[in-house]
Amino acid sequence: MKRLRRTMLFCPATEPKLYINSLIYRPDCIIFDLEDAVTYSEKDSARDLLCEAVKAVDFGDVEVFARVNSLDSEFGITDVREVVKAGIRNIRLPMCESKEDVLKLDELLYEVEENNGIPAGTVKIQCAIETPKGVLNAYDIASACCRVIAISFGAEDFTRVLCTERTRDAKELYLARHYIPLAASAVGIDSIDTVWKDIDDMEGFRNEAREAKEIGFSGKSCIHPLQVKEVHKIYAPGEKEIEESKSIITAAEEAEKKGIGVILVNGKMVDAPIIAKANRILERAMQIR
Amino acid sequence: MEYIINSLERRIPNYIEGIGELKAYEGKSLKANQAGKLASKENADTASRKVVPSLREAVIRSGLKDGMRISFHHHLRNGDYVLNMVMDVIAGLGIKDITICASSLISAHEPLIGHIKNGVVTGIETSGIRGELAKEIVTNCILEKPVIFRSHGGRARAIENGEIKIDIAFIAASCCDEMGNMNGQKGKSAFGSMGYPMVDAYYADKVVAITDNLVEYPVYPVSIPQTVVDYVVVVDQIGNPEKISEGATRMTKNPQELVIAEYAGRVLIESGFVKQGFSFQAGSGGASLAVAKYLKEYMKDNGITGSFASGGITSYMVEMLEEGLFKALLDTQTFDCIAAKSLERNKNHIEMSASMYANPISKGCTAEKLDIMILSATEVDTSFNINAMTASTGVIMGAIGGHPDTAAGAKLTVCVTPLIRKRIPIIVDEVLTVITPGNVVDVVVTDRGIAVNPNNRELLEKLSQTDLPICTIEELKEMAEKITGKPEKIEFGEKIVGVIEYRDGTIIDVIRQVI
Repeated sequence: MKRLRRTMLFCPATEPKLYINSLIYRPDCIIFDLEDAVTYSEKDSARDLLCEAVKAVDFGDVEVFARVNSLDSEFGITDVREVVKAGIRNIRLPMCESKEDVLKLDELLYEVEENNGIPAGTVKIQCAIETPKGVLNAYDIASACCRVIAISFGAEDFTRVLCTERTRDAKELYLARHYIPLAASAVGIDSIDTVWKDIDDMEGFRNEAREAKEIGFSGKSCIHPLQVKEVHKIYAPGEKEIEESKSIITAAEEAEKKGIGVILVNGKMVDAPIIAKANRILERAMQIR
Repeated sequence: MEYIINSLERRIPNYIEGIGELKAYEGKSLKANQAGKLASKENADTASRKVVPSLREAVIRSGLKDGMRISFHHHLRNGDYVLNMVMDVIAGLGIKDITICASSLISAHEPLIGHIKNGVVTGIETSGIRGELAKEIVTNCILEKPVIFRSHGGRARAIENGEIKIDIAFIAASCCDEMGNMNGQKGKSAFGSMGYPMVDAYYADKVVAITDNLVEYPVYPVSIPQTVVDYVVVVDQIGNPEKISEGATRMTKNPQELVIAEYAGRVLIESGFVKQGFSFQAGSGGASLAVAKYLKEYMKDNGITGSFASGGITSYMVEMLEEGLFKALLDTQTFDCIAAKSLERNKNHIEMSASMYANPISKGCTAEKLDIMILSATEVDTSFNINAMTASTGVIMGAIGGHPDTAAGAKLTVCVTPLIRKRIPIIVDEVLTVITPGNVVDVVVTDRGIAVNPNNRELLEKLSQTDLPICTIEELKEMAEKITGKPEKIEFGEKIVGVIEYRDGTIIDVIRQVI
């Protein structure tokens, strides 16, 4: 069954209590941030804390990522070496602009895996696409290597590079937000939408999350625990949707027995893609439960 | 039959079979003879005698002597000036060995430390103590006698059944007239309900009303009537209005508390108690109040109207009343200024005494009409016993309040608490201090799991069929200790610094000195 990545909860790696408490909000994924949320002087201690926490805390079935510093910075390579050694199996690569950026990390990971007795290819990558160049190269990034399990969009850096402002109706993000899920889907990996920064504006967050679902993102980045629940609600199939899917599957099974290809359910034509969609909805409903 | 001639020249028998001995009228003021309880024609001048020029004069006229017990209420919360003001006067008069019987003591009452150290105060009876005063009592043992802690219901019981005798009740009122009719709803220092002193006023030998708002006779509404008030004192300020009542009790935004509240809300709904005409009470802060938020959404979606919500009343409960989600609020203590305004204008927001609220030996108290009670805790043990009084350091930091009263009375008692607080496990083998016995607690809801008291099999079965994270209380304890480790035990001395009275007057636990 495909892993759910509806929510990626960002937690600064500097906060000890978040290692313990972030689990109670039940996100699908947690990203411990060593990059933007950590000041220069705390980079080393944040990494140490993350490594110790990974060894001590049982994160259950929550997928844990480390957002490392850029591999070109003085911290990035050490981040990767240390967190993988400590037990992290998912790396979020910031400011990913090309296939080469991914391959650079891929190569480093093979080395780290070998040095630590970890089977080659175990550590997965989530590529953060945060610039116009990255957006235009999204498909190449997504398909760069088999470690890439998701690409995610970061609107803050994107608008900075594009020399524009992030607005409430997000016209400036239109192409990027529509293109990234498309690229991910073409490769068969997940796509994660950008963060919503105004924690108090829950309605704005819900609208953006609803839109993310509609345009094909697999999930959304969250910067506050309360956002997690909202995304899960939005991404959960509704009762009506589940009932309709059940009717479609039942009708399709009966039609198959009778050797009929196309059938009508509640006056609507049902064929193979509709059946596949119904199956996906029921699978997701079961996963969520 | 023997007779005596009374002062009005009437022949009065000394004794009548079936009635007993009779005491002939002597022409004296009834008020003077009977501790000032009844007004009479002789006291046409009562008003001018009731209003005394100073607090000092009131204390002197009340007859306060060494060794007496005096009472106060804590409706002014941290804004209270009255207790300290009265104690300073008493100390100035050289009176010693006083027992303070307060509905609760809070940080504002820290000057009591000095009065204890110099022997003015030698006994304390209260629902709780906080801050430095608590530290001094628990660690430095400044009081020779242990503090007696009573719940709000237990205090009302002890006063009404004569177990404790209040010699003089000092009652702060934000609105009072010359005859002593008073309320807490009007005036610059308005605080709302007068639930606690409503008990003291009827049972104290002498009652002194202290106000910063003397208004034209008669005061309306009358929370405490003139018939029980001996003296009225006007002071500049009974308290600091900013600290007496805040604008509105804010709903928590703490995501951890909201997780707990959401689980608790679901527990209530799945239990089947949230239905037409149900009654509800929750604490005023954090996760407890947030439970009401989840309840509100469910009630609205399902067209459910509750009967009453009770206890300490916050602006959030007022909102629910005004939206028609509850038919009435029964208010012993008003928590914020919006709730105080509501009490003043809304007939369905009803003031109630601590006795009506929770007295277990009254002819029926509200706590026993409750369907649902949401409680908080500083610790819960594997027998479901709750501590809401001492911190994990052993120092007193809270109050009993109506905890054991409502827990015993409600049909469904839910305790909400984080599993871990500041790296300290909250579910433990044995709580430091038992405030509420585990046999009246139905379920403990934490942010990581929910434990149902196995005594409540029906609830356990119901909740086990849901997707809620149900586990045993032992599993909760292990879950916490897996993260925090097992804390070292605190060292206590032998000296008992506090006695916890259960609501029926029996002693449920003691608090020992922390070394």
